[in-house]
Amino acid sequence: MKRILTVLFALMAVTAMLFTSCAPKELTADKADFIMSNGAEPTIDPSLLNDVASTNVGLGLFEGLMQYDPNTNKGVPALAESYTVSPDGLVVTFKLRKANWSDGHALTSADFVYGMKRILDPATAAEYAYMPGMVLKGAEDFTAGKGSFDAVGIKALDPQTVQYTLTGPAPYFVDMTCHNAFWPLPQWAIEKSGNEWTKPANIVTNGPYTLKEWKPQDYIFMVKNPKYWDAKNVKLRGIKILASDNDSTNYNMFKNGEVDWMHGISNSKIDEIKLRKDYQASAQVATYYYEFNVVRKPVDNVLVRKALSAAIDKQTLVDKVTKGGQIPTAAMVPPMAGYTPQQGQAFNAEEGKKLLAQAGYPNGKGFPVLTIVYNTNEGHKAIAEYVQQQWKNNLNINVVLKNMEFKTLIELRAKQHDFTVARAGWVGDYLDPNTMLDMFITGSGNNDGQYANPAYDKLIQDARLAKGADRMDMLQKAEAILMGDAVIIPFYHYSNQDLVDTAKWGGWNATPLGFHPFKYIFKK
Amino acid sequence: MGAKARSPWLLFGMKPSRGVLATGVASLRALPEPIRIRAAKPMPEEKDTMTKFIIRRFLSLIPTMFVIITLSFFLIRFAPGGPFSGEKNLPEQVIQNMLKKYHMDEPLGKQYLRYFGDVLRGDFGPSLRYKDSTVNELINRAFPVSIVLGSTALVIACVLGILAGITSALKQNKWQDYSAMALAVVGISVPLFVIGPLLQLAFAMKLKVFPVAGWINGRAGMAAIVLPAITLALPYFAYIARLSRASILEVLRADYVRTARAKGLTESVVIAKHVLKGALLPVVSFLGPSFAGIITGSLVVESTFAIPGVGRIFVQSALNRDYPLIMAEVIILSLLLVMLNFVVDIVYGFLDPRIAYK
Repeated sequence: MKRILTVLFALMAVTAMLFTSCAPKELTADKADFIMSNGAEPTIDPSLLNDVASTNVGLGLFEGLMQYDPNTNKGVPALAESYTVSPDGLVVTFKLRKANWSDGHALTSADFVYGMKRILDPATAAEYAYMPGMVLKGAEDFTAGKGSFDAVGIKALDPQTVQYTLTGPAPYFVDMTCHNAFWPLPQWAIEKSGNEWTKPANIVTNGPYTLKEWKPQDYIFMVKNPKYWDAKNVKLRGIKILASDNDSTNYNMFKNGEVDWMHGISNSKIDEIKLRKDYQASAQVATYYYEFNVVRKPVDNVLVRKALSAAIDKQTLVDKVTKGGQIPTAAMVPPMAGYTPQQGQAFNAEEGKKLLAQAGYPNGKGFPVLTIVYNTNEGHKAIAEYVQQQWKNNLNINVVLKNMEFKTLIELRAKQHDFTVARAGWVGDYLDPNTMLDMFITGSGNNDGQYANPAYDKLIQDARLAKGADRMDMLQKAEAILMGDAVIIPFYHYSNQDLVDTAKWGGWNATPLGFHPFKYIFKK
Repeated sequence: MGAKARSPWLLFGMKPSRGVLATGVASLRALPEPIRIRAAKPMPEEKDTMTKFIIRRFLSLIPTMFVIITLSFFLIRFAPGGPFSGEKNLPEQVIQNMLKKYHMDEPLGKQYLRYFGDVLRGDFGPSLRYKDSTVNELINRAFPVSIVLGSTALVIACVLGILAGITSALKQNKWQDYSAMALAVVGISVPLFVIGPLLQLAFAMKLKVFPVAGWINGRAGMAAIVLPAITLALPYFAYIARLSRASILEVLRADYVRTARAKGLTESVVIAKHVLKGALLPVVSFLGPSFAGIITGSLVVESTFAIPGVGRIFVQSALNRDYPLIMAEVIILSLLLVMLNFVVDIVYGFLDPRIAYK
C-alpha cells in the first residue's frame, strides 16, 4: 500500500512539475482586442497556403497589388498605386506605391517577381501554381520544368513598376492579384531561414499585421505592423486567432464572450443560431451539386438525367434540410455582375415522370437501382436521404446511398470514374463565371463525370480570347449547353455563415467570397 | 474488462511481447518461459536475473518495432486516395512536383529504406499537411500538452477510482456501493462528447468558474485544465472503480486474509496491508496500456476543449493521408505500449511475491 501511495504521489509530483514548466511566460496574446475562431491553419506561407483558414491569416500578414474590398470582395488597389491594361488586354502594368516590409526593407517590383518565381518553381511544389499557370504567359511551362523563368510573363520594369504578360485578355486578372499566389515575398528572409521562415522570429511581412506568436493547433497572435503603408487606418492592435475547430465549442465560446468572430457554422445548431442578431449569412461563389457519370448506364441518357433533375424540389431542400441560408438553384454559376446564370431543369414532378417514360421507364418500371455516393458527413447524408425520397416519391425508382471517407470518394470519382451519381461541391477561385465552368471541358482534370461536348469546349476556349459583353455571352451560352445536357444537378449555392456582432464591430460585412480583411475591422 | 492480469493486451489485439522475446533471444539461452510463477522463496541472485530480464525485454523491442514499422508503412499506402487529392484536381505537373518534393515518386521499396534510415536517426520527416512544420516539431509541441492532460486525468481517475472501489467493496450492497457503482455506470456509458459539452454548459456558461475551452497557457491559466481532465478521467475512473471493487471482494475471501484476521490484526491493517496489495494487481495491469492511451490524446476531449494535443493531429493525419505523421503516431503509440507493459511487469514483481523474473 505504501508503495502504491508512493507511486501515486510521484505521479502527482511529475504532473505538478510539468504544470510549472508549461506555465505562461508572457500574456501578450491575452491582450488581443479581437478574437476569432478559425480552425487549424496548415501553413501561413503565401506560396503554399490553399485553404480558407490559412488565407484568413494570410490576409492579415500580407498584401498584394490589389486587396479584397471588405464589402464586395472585388479588387481595390493596395500596393498598386495605379495600373494600365494594354488595348489588346494582354499586358497589365502596375505602378507600385511606396511601401516597406516589416523589417524596414523597401518593397519593390523585384519582390513580386521573386514571389512569382517561388510559387511556380517545381521545387516549391505549390498547389496554387496552377492559378498563375492559367493566365500568365510561360507560367505553366516553367512549373512543368520546361523553359527558364525569363520566359514567364512577369517583368520588373523599374523598382516601382511590375508588368504582367497574359496568355489571353483575362478580364479577371487584375482582381486575381488579390490572391496569395500573386503576393510579393521577401527573398532575403526566405533564403536566410529556409523552411523556418514563417516562424515568428524569422517572418517578414508587408501586410497590416505582423506575426507575434504562432502556436500551431492552439492560436496565432498578430499585432499591428507599424511599417505598413496604411498603418494609420489599421484599427485593431492585436488579433488572436484560435485553431479551435469544434463548432459547438466555438459557439459556446462565442456566446460566452470568449470569441468575437466565429467562422463557419454547423447545421446541428442552425435553427437556434439563425434567430440570433449576430448571425451573418451571404451567398457564396460556390455550388453544391450531384454529378452524373455520363458514360454510364442509365444516366448516359440525357432524358434520364433530365427526369432525375426535374424530380427534386430544391426549395424544400433548402428550407427544411440544410436551413442555413443557402440559395436553391438550377444553374452552376451563382449570380454575378454582368452575367445571367442559365437555369437547367426546374422542379416539376409531372414532367420528370414524362421524361422518364420517354426514356423507356414508364413509372420507373425497369429502372435499375441507382447508387448515390457521398463523403461521410451528417449534412451530406441528410441531403442524400432527401434526394432518395424525392426520386422514390416522384419517379418511383429505388436509390441506394453509399457513404465513404472524403479521400476515398475523390479517388473513386476523379481517378477511377467509378460512380453513377456522386456528390460534389465547387468553390470559385475568383469572381468570374469561368471559375465555375471551365472544369467541364473535355478531358479536364476536374471533369469527373467525363462530359464531352465540342460545342461547349469551343465556347469556353473562345471566351478566353474575348472581352466584355461578348465574353459573358459566350460563357452564358456554354452554361446553357451544360444545363441543357443535364450533366449535373445543382442544388444550391453555398452561403458563408459567420457569427459577428456587427453592432459592436465595424468593417465586417457579409461578402461573396467570404474574405474579411482584418485591416478594416474596428470596434464601434 | 476482465479482471485477470495481462488481459489489457487483448484490447489491442496483440500478444504479450514475451513470445517475441522468447524467440528473439533463443540463441542466447534456451528458456521455456521468461516469467514463471513459483512458490515464494528468497532468491539470492534476484537482482542479477532482474537485469537480464530487463535487457532481454529491451532487445525484444527491436524485432517488434521492425515488424510494426514495416507493416504500417506499406498498409497506409494501400488506403485509397493520397495526401494531395482534394475536391479540386490539380494539374498533373503540380502533383508530380509535390510527389518529387517528398520523394514519393521513387519506388516504394526505396521510399521504405529512406524512411527507415530517417527514423533510425530520429527524423520523422516533413508533415504533408502542416507544411510549415516537421513531424518532430508537431509532436514535440503537442505531446507535452497531452502528457499533462492525460497524467492529470489518470491521477484523478486512480485516486477517486480506487477510493470508490474500496468503499463499494467494504460496504457491499449498501447505499455507498450502489451510488459509487451508479456513477461508474454513468462514466462508462455516457460518451465523452456528451459529458464535455454538459460540463461546459454547467461550469463555464452558467456558473462561469472555468473557461469554455482553451489550454493552460491562455487567459484562464490552470483553471483551463479542470473540465477537460475531469471529462477524460471519467471513463477511466469508472473502469478502475469497478475493477478494484471486484478484485477486493475476491481477495477478501482469500485464505491469507482470513489468516491475517485470525492473527488478530485490526481491520484497517488487514485492508491496507493485505487486501489492497493483492487487489490492486488488475488495476496496475489496466493502468499500463491505459496510460499509453490517455497520453496519446483523445480526439473528442481535445476537440471539445480546443486543446493543442496530439489526439487531434493524429486523427486528422489519417484523414489527410499525412503519411509521415501517421507513421510517427504508430511508432510512438506502439513504443509506449510495449514500454508501459514492461513497467507493469516490473511493478507486478513488487506487488505480488509469487512472481519472479528470470
